[in-house]
Amino acid sequence: MKPTLSIRNLHVAVGGTPILRGVDLTIRYGETHALMGPNGSGKSTLGLAVMGHPNYEVSEGTIDLDGQNILEMTPDERARVGLFYAFQRPVAIPGVKMADFLRHATTNVRNPQRQEGEELIPMRVFREELRTKMEQLKMDAQFARRYVNDGFSGGEMKRAEILQLAMLQPKFAILDETDSGLDADAVRLASQSIAEIGREKMGLLIITHHDKLLEHNPPDFTHVMLGGRIVESGSAELAEELHRYGYERIRRAYPEADAQNRVMAHEEVA
Amino acid sequence: MATDIQNEKSRHTIGEINKYDFRTQTEAVFKARKGLDAEIVHQISDMKNEPDWMRQFRLQALEIFFSKPMPRWGGRIGIDFQDIYYYLKPTDHQGRTWDDVPQEIKDTFDRLGIPEAEKKFLAGVKAQFESEVVYGSLKEELGNQGVIFTDTDTAVREHSDLVRQYFSTVIPPHDNKFAALNSAVWSGGSFIYVPPGVAIEFPLQAYFRINAENMGQFERTLIICDEGSSIHYVEGCTAPMYSTESLHSAVVEIICKRGSRCRYTTIQNWANNIYNLVTKRAMAYADATMEWVDGNLGSQLTMKYPAVYMMEPGARGEILSIAFAGAGQHQDAGAKLVHCAPNTTGQIISKSISKNGGRSSYRGLVRVEKGAHGAKCKVVCDALLLDERSRSDTYPYIEVAEQDVTIGHEASVSRIGEEQMFYLTSRGLTESEASTMIVNGFIEPLVKELPMEYAVEMNRLIQLQMEGSVG
Ligand SMILES: Nc1ncnc2c1ncn2[C@@H]1O[C@H](COP(=O)(O)OP(=O)(O)OP(=O)(O)O)[C@@H](O)[C@H]1O
Ligand SMILES: [Mg+2]
Repeated sequence: MKPTLSIRNLHVAVGGTPILRGVDLTIRYGETHALMGPNGSGKSTLGLAVMGHPNYEVSEGTIDLDGQNILEMTPDERARVGLFYAFQRPVAIPGVKMADFLRHATTNVRNPQRQEGEELIPMRVFREELRTKMEQLKMDAQFARRYVNDGFSGGEMKRAEILQLAMLQPKFAILDETDSGLDADAVRLASQSIAEIGREKMGLLIITHHDKLLEHNPPDFTHVMLGGRIVESGSAELAEELHRYGYERIRRAYPEADAQNRVMAHEEVA
Repeated sequence: MATDIQNEKSRHTIGEINKYDFRTQTEAVFKARKGLDAEIVHQISDMKNEPDWMRQFRLQALEIFFSKPMPRWGGRIGIDFQDIYYYLKPTDHQGRTWDDVPQEIKDTFDRLGIPEAEKKFLAGVKAQFESEVVYGSLKEELGNQGVIFTDTDTAVREHSDLVRQYFSTVIPPHDNKFAALNSAVWSGGSFIYVPPGVAIEFPLQAYFRINAENMGQFERTLIICDEGSSIHYVEGCTAPMYSTESLHSAVVEIICKRGSRCRYTTIQNWANNIYNLVTKRAMAYADATMEWVDGNLGSQLTMKYPAVYMMEPGARGEILSIAFAGAGQHQDAGAKLVHCAPNTTGQIISKSISKNGGRSSYRGLVRVEKGAHGAKCKVVCDALLLDERSRSDTYPYIEVAEQDVTIGHEASVSRIGEEQMFYLTSRGLTESEASTMIVNGFIEPLVKELPMEYAVEMNRLIQLQMEGSVG
């Protein structure tokens, strides 16, 4: 059987406020899923909860990877069993060079049994691999010497996330608006790269508001989140419909979730 | 680069967590009795066979020491001055090669990696054990160029005129109580003279080791950079852990003549019961540059404020300091820049890290004297707190007696961010790897100023502190 990430009846609260209210989602290795939904519907919350952000409390439900419960795992353990979340808003770590950080992260993820203080991937081997991957992503070699996300432009941050995806080669990756902030050429390049890195080599959950990324990575399934729940799932056509016509139909079809979403996003209830 | 090194090294450090915390069984050839009075001072002077001017200087300084009250600011100093050994002579001759050094003492420095470093990248080495310099070397070509690098005791005997001309001109005994104490009982330290125009490419290093319990180490360093010369001097300091306190109270005086350049780097990693009360000051003349790079780890209390007096136009003073305060430690560190002449430029960058209830204070003075127009000075101090129990304070003093000057001051206090920790751990780093990485990133702007070998050492020391295994 293919490795599977399965999320069952997931309830997540932040600071006591419920955000996700029973999310069900199953992703198999090799599949691409699109996750869409209006602002504030809970898409990023899902990604952060899967990765184990300490402020996102799981009050109910399960997340399993190949039948193994990951809810008890720390974020680094989750990374080491093959989960990856590309941040919608990556965090700057001043003074820490991309290359040093990546070498450490890559070593840990490839060698999940590694104890603190044990040898890292040999410098030469690592450098060579990093250089190759950066070339493929058309990133300047200089980039590796910059401090992690520190003073990066929006586009640079997203490309750095893709580089990490390429280096860490997870089993399952959640890409949270990895196409936002990129110019037209960069979106195309990013989409192609993700397709190369990801297709059939991992399970992908792509969170996006645009269609370019999905053009290059046609989803096997599309899910729509509203008010902290996945209200509808379908094929790639569903994504196309939403891109073309927006969320009106969905909002009308699921008034309760819509109301919920408006409360969460602090919008006036229509 | 910094973190790479730290990680590669860390495997070794785990096996030798207490690299610095070992004691050597040695037989001193002479140990003065405990306590401080004129008789002890005479004894030290006798042992050293000094000229009379130095004996008189010491005795006067002792009077000044007794007459001065303890400083009422800074940290709590709980020293019983009568319960300390002021002079301990470990061997009766100084080695010219490591083989000349008594075996136990050589073993100590072997374990600290000094002979190895010497072979690899140093232009000269002094190793001080307790009160005396036990080993000294200098690359032959530097000697031929007229460079003097010797212990200060030898300098007093062999270069008496030169020493007498400059000794205590930068820091006189009445400067402060601990300068007076050092002046009375000083022993060891480095004396360096760099002739005009001589640039020393590789660092000269001194290593100070306190080994005995209840010991006071009072080295005295004097560096004279003649016109247009340049030098990088590095000192390392360590001591093992005892149940009672020891005292390290050095005086460092530097004279940078016209157009010269001196960088003085300290990496100290004292045991947690050392009082480290040091006076360091440099005079920079026309277009000369003085840089202090100061890494303070360990000790119970450190009070240290390296100073640069910019005496003539175009002089520059730069002070970079890193302090790490762990459990039970107080790092009261800072800097002092005095602009005495027009168009002088100063910069202070201070970074402190407090952990497990440790306390770090930045205490800095920038003074612009009348007539020092066009002076520029920039002060940046950043503190990083690793937990709720730790503490950081800033005491910036700025005194300006001139109109046309530019002075900038920025201070920040931050905590290790939850979002930073999550970002790093979500990419496979453990919590402690992530926080070490964030701390190393925090001090990176300073560490990158260090030569490679010291950057390695600095990151290693930070990692030891992060593991909480020192002391
Ligand atoms: N750390 C947090 N603190 C407070 N509220 C939060 C936090 N994280 C999420 N929320 C709230 O949860 C709701 C869902 O946010 P989330 O970021 O998951 O939405 P999203 O679907 O990713 O939206 P977008 O498309 O704008 O990125 C929002 O109302 C948001 O304000
Ligand atoms: Mg989002």
